[in-house]
Amino acid sequence: MNEPIPFWASEAFWKKTAIWVTSGSFVLLILLTFDSLAKISAGGSRVPAYSVINKDISYRFDKQLQRYQPVVLGDAPLFGKMLNEAEAEQLVTLGKKTTQAKNCMNCHTLLGNGAYYAPDLTKAWLDQAWGGAGHETAMVQFLLDPEKYARTYGSNRKMPNLGITEEEARGVVAFLKWMSAIDTNGFPHNFKAIGAEEE
Amino acid sequence: MAMQAYQQKAAGLAADLRSRYAVFMANSHLTGGQKLAVHYFTAAVVLFMAQLLFGLLAGLQFIWPGFLYEILDFNVNRMVHINAMVVWMLYGFIGSVYWFLEDESGVPVVGLKWGQLAFWVLTGAVAVVVLVYLLVQVGSGNDTSLWFINEGREYIEAPRWADIGIVAVMLVFFYNVAATFAQGKWSGIAGVLTLDLVALAGLYLAGMFYATNISVDQYWWWWVIHLWVEATWEVLVGCIMAWSLMKLLGVRRQIVQTWLYIEVALMFGSGILGLGHHYFWIGTPEYWFTIGGFFSALEPIPLVAMVVHSIYDSGVHNFKNSNHPALAWIIAHTFGNFLGAGVWGFMHTLPQINLYTHGTQWSASHGHLAFFGAYATINIAFFYLAVQQARGNCWMGGGLADGWRWKSALALLNLGVMGMTVALLIAGYEQSFIERAVEGSTWTAYFDAQNHPWFVQAMVWRVIFGLMTIAGGGLLFWDLLAIGKTETRKAAVINLA
Repeated sequence: MNEPIPFWASEAFWKKTAIWVTSGSFVLLILLTFDSLAKISAGGSRVPAYSVINKDISYRFDKQLQRYQPVVLGDAPLFGKMLNEAEAEQLVTLGKKTTQAKNCMNCHTLLGNGAYYAPDLTKAWLDQAWGGAGHETAMVQFLLDPEKYARTYGSNRKMPNLGITEEEARGVVAFLKWMSAIDTNGFPHNFKAIGAEEE
Repeated sequence: MAMQAYQQKAAGLAADLRSRYAVFMANSHLTGGQKLAVHYFTAAVVLFMAQLLFGLLAGLQFIWPGFLYEILDFNVNRMVHINAMVVWMLYGFIGSVYWFLEDESGVPVVGLKWGQLAFWVLTGAVAVVVLVYLLVQVGSGNDTSLWFINEGREYIEAPRWADIGIVAVMLVFFYNVAATFAQGKWSGIAGVLTLDLVALAGLYLAGMFYATNISVDQYWWWWVIHLWVEATWEVLVGCIMAWSLMKLLGVRRQIVQTWLYIEVALMFGSGILGLGHHYFWIGTPEYWFTIGGFFSALEPIPLVAMVVHSIYDSGVHNFKNSNHPALAWIIAHTFGNFLGAGVWGFMHTLPQINLYTHGTQWSASHGHLAFFGAYATINIAFFYLAVQQARGNCWMGGGLADGWRWKSALALLNLGVMGMTVALLIAGYEQSFIERAVEGSTWTAYFDAQNHPWFVQAMVWRVIFGLMTIAGGGLLFWDLLAIGKTETRKAAVINLA
């Protein structure tokens, strides 16, 4: 028991190691954060500008990357109206704030994060459940009276009426459309988007 | 007439509570800091019971979706379930630190009055937040809702006004810890704890602003959630555990402090960049696959070290200790932390599997065992240390009167949570395969998986084990009120090596 403690088992050695490892990791995280934030600003290559809601969006398998990627196609203005960047941002902001104020994330997942009682919303805009072109109207209708337009697929799980106004519903749809164009590195995998069956 | 009777009854009850509180405040077995700790522990236990109750309601809604529909919807129950958890764990940690602060520093808590005020302010704020969650539930899509109703971001839903209150209270707590050590004596545990609290309070600020860009939103949101739960909280319980191993088993300070530094190095070395495993699918660049995958795969290592350390020390001291329930819960902590946070986390941390498991019941399975194993257990251990001291440092060893109660509570809680974890894991497997891999994550795919008999059966088993957990929780509540009350023997004296 009285043998001297080797340096690698000593308190002082591990104290220094703890300090160096912690500060080193933290500095690296800060550097990576600067880089990541620059790459995910709206309008960059990974996160689209808000005005992407004026476009037709799809989600296709990229043979080279071996994963699904969002694809931005021709013009397809949301609710038939072209918006400039500021107007689009305003509408998406209203939608985002609505999703927070209505606590969507404690039933649904967004980008896969949230609760697991209801479907993921990452690509909700592109879900074949909504039918074909112009399906934004169906989405608004659903959000205004989810009980009446409920489709529970036999699960009996219905979205409650959250008192969403028509303006808020349009915002939510804009937000969902914008979110579906974010490059999420292939998540969700194997998702067949609206219109993909014809391609 | 009936009204008058109720009023009289309420007045009688309030008078009774006041007199009990006066008796407690006059308890000569507890120091000022320890009395403050007991305040936190009491609120923590109440919130723990609330967590169990709302978890049960949410669990039942998976089986009967019409249950409380448009009265207390799933999102409300689930929010209260996870918020009660976060808050009771924080209460437990703050209480534990106040519990050992004076012992470790050698002087009384410097700003005890501020600490007491902070407790009542925080508890009042928590009560208001919960009432608004339950009664108002949701608001319009504007800033007022985010400031006063709920922020709608999982785990940190508390409205902005409450965020500011939480930061103010944390600052009081931090001041008390730092100033008390500064006035008394510093130690390795004191140093790690103080720096960890700076990080813990500072990180909360990262969750206090709004962003329309959901990728940016979730980027900072994970700073709070991950860097709390998988880094600073782990180090905080490392400090708490280090002190309790010295007290309970008489382990030498040099040994626990060396282990604490090893754990800090491994925990922060893997946990800080392990944050990257939340950045696979939120729009962030691909390099997070490599960084997040690699470092988060290392995260279990410090947890293995903790198991080795605590079990080895217990063995070296022949499991001779002064508080059997507390040591049992600390051992539950080491295994629970290793299994729940370590193994269950590792199982789905690599992007190659996470592509299919992200956002499924797999995460719920991991979450249940990890939060319970890593944090609920160590807080419960401290509740037992506190009741022992409050009841005159009474005997808490073998042959304890009504010892069946703490043992049954321990068994029911651990088996209950483990059972829920396995049930949710089965649901997670099924969901990953059917919804994700086979059918491709559409809404139809989602519901196909939710309606599958394997999923439905798993949800039934989850509720069965949930009821077992609640039975354990109720028994624990009762036991904490009663244990040691009739005991006349003094606690076993542990030889400090």
